[in-house]
Amino acid sequence: MSDNVQVADVVGIGESAHARAPEPLLQLQDVRKVYPGVTPVIALRGVDFTIHRGELVAIVGPSGSGKSTLLHMMGTLDRPTEGSVRLVGSDVAKMSDRELAKLRATRIGFVFQQFFLSEYETALENVADGLLYSGVNRRTRRALAAEALDKVGLAHRMDHRPPQLSGGERQRVAIARALNGNPDIVLADEPTGNLDSNAAATIFALLKKLHREGATIIVITHDRGLAARLPRRIDVLDGRIVADVTQGATGTVDPELTVDWARDTKEQA
Amino acid sequence: MRNAFSHRLRPSDVARVASVGLRNRRMRAALSALGISIGVAAMVAVLGLSASSQAGLLAEIDRLGTNLLTVSKGTTVTGETAELPKQAPGMISRIDAVTAVESTGATGAKVYRNPFIPAVNSNGLTVKATSLNLPASVSTSLERGQFLNKATESRPVAVLGATAARRLGIDRIFTGQRILVSGQWFYVVGILKPAALAPEVDDSVLIGYPAAEKYLRYNGNPSTIYVRSDTEKVNDVHAMLAATANPEGPSQVTVSRPSAALVARAAAKSALNGLFLGLGAVALLVGGIGVANTMVISVLERRSEIGLRRALGATKQHVRTQFLAEAVLLSSLGGVVGVLLGALATAIYATVKDWEIVVPTLAWAGGLGAAIAIGAVAGLLPAIRAARMAPTEALRTV
Ligand SMILES: Nc1ncnc2c1ncn2[C@@H]1O[C@H](COP(=O)(O)OP(=O)(O)O)[C@@H](O)[C@H]1O
Ligand SMILES: [Mg+2]
Repeated sequence: MSDNVQVADVVGIGESAHARAPEPLLQLQDVRKVYPGVTPVIALRGVDFTIHRGELVAIVGPSGSGKSTLLHMMGTLDRPTEGSVRLVGSDVAKMSDRELAKLRATRIGFVFQQFFLSEYETALENVADGLLYSGVNRRTRRALAAEALDKVGLAHRMDHRPPQLSGGERQRVAIARALNGNPDIVLADEPTGNLDSNAAATIFALLKKLHREGATIIVITHDRGLAARLPRRIDVLDGRIVADVTQGATGTVDPELTVDWARDTKEQA
Repeated sequence: MRNAFSHRLRPSDVARVASVGLRNRRMRAALSALGISIGVAAMVAVLGLSASSQAGLLAEIDRLGTNLLTVSKGTTVTGETAELPKQAPGMISRIDAVTAVESTGATGAKVYRNPFIPAVNSNGLTVKATSLNLPASVSTSLERGQFLNKATESRPVAVLGATAARRLGIDRIFTGQRILVSGQWFYVVGILKPAALAPEVDDSVLIGYPAAEKYLRYNGNPSTIYVRSDTEKVNDVHAMLAATANPEGPSQVTVSRPSAALVARAAAKSALNGLFLGLGAVALLVGGIGVANTMVISVLERRSEIGLRRALGATKQHVRTQFLAEAVLLSSLGGVVGVLLGALATAIYATVKDWEIVVPTLAWAGGLGAAIAIGAVAGLLPAIRAARMAPTEALRTV
């Protein structure tokens, strides 16, 4: 598959599998982040890139390179020390805490390495809570949650609680929660970091499927093998972007990344 | 959906979110609400018992009758005791609304069980001449034996008040049982039950007027007159009594209404109430500290939940509300259990005592209100702390 790789020097020529008109969704300009302290840590040293609607992007880099910091900037969970982050045209820096919360509630979905599911609630409740702060009533939240669970292949697990699910299934619940309400963008921070390779492959296959269905997804990983299979790859090192690669032929079927729920459930046995 | 965005959670969602922590850690929630329950239960029980016992007393007073007035000797301008005229009972009974007039006359004689008791061992008992229907008009009756009658009122025969009988060591009536009054043997024919409206009767040894005049050389003047009247006209009768009893010196007559004194005593709060209320307040305070403690731990433990909620779009206000509501919910649950326990204690005790069960609104509403207020205060600081946590800080896994 490496024969189709091409380096995109100009940031923002991401091609969607569906040949939509590229609409810039997320724009980072010279983003810098310094964590103050006795010895201040410079986590980001000027990051520029643009994500268009419908893209599936991997952000790759070694531990401590600033990937999570970057995700926090993109997800408006934290503000950059310098530079600007624009989400669907509006500058995050100019928004109040309340407006940012609203933005996260309606436009951004998060997936974390630790899943962060409530052990005491069913998969359906967990997914429904993804819309808790978006002003949708409970019945609608649950109805949408059922749809989202169906999308990640867990329709039959709706009434299970996380402890009854495998790691891969739990992460799929978390992905369903992020997808619930159709956010503009899904940000996943090392979603496969706690999973074995089979489950990880399933998660990536799922992300590709969701991407084909139109979702915009940014996934952080340090698994270069998995990252190489995604349409675009941004390499981060020491707070800087060292490569931004857009690969062609994203529409081709990758035999190892076809969605095969059975592979994931086998892991439980 | 985006246009319908509202930043406020629906009350049902607030309640659901607030109950998450409690549902997940039931044991801890129960234990930390226990202090509040105990405090509220103590307060509700104290107020409930006091109100119920008051209701019981008032019912008892009603049963005894509130239409009894007593006329007794007053003092003259010079400070001497002013005797009531002998004809006073007769005059009083001529008042329209008066239904019964009875009287007693203090003879000043002393009473002993037998001649061997030294005279200085006065037992605080008084010997009184009495009219023949006294027990009914002071709402008492005979414990044993019989009262004086036309035949016995002029003979050396006595009936003992409840206290007098106890002090003299007499609890049964048998032929030949006698006591010594001013050197004269009197035969005991009856013992009265306590007279709540006229406790002075309890301390008395009662003999007939003719007997008192004959054996004790008593002058026959009444010292206390018991007047029953139509309940609706008690106040009118009250106003007329002094002048009727002693037309020459109305100011030398004391008129009182014994039931009024009893009502006043029933209304007076026991000093113990204050003590128990204080203890309840201390328990509430300790309960509040327990809730605060639970909330602090809860916030620390649920850091990543807070981070996740912020990522899902919760504002600081949402997080603050969640933890504050959780604290209030926790303590109100404690409060509700406390009110139920307090009411139950009141109900059991009042039933045993045969009182009406009264749990004043102040008690249950106050108990519940106190619990809610304490929860709000206890939860405030932890809630503010949870809301202040930066999302990235909360999401960080160490
Ligand atoms: N809240 C923080 N305070 C101080 N330093 C931080 C904080 N968060 C991250 N860092 C530092 O910033 C650098 C980048 O961290 P991070 O973005 O988590 O990297 P990655 O996710 O690629 O492992 C690291 O050196 C990390 O120690
Ligand atoms: Mg990281």
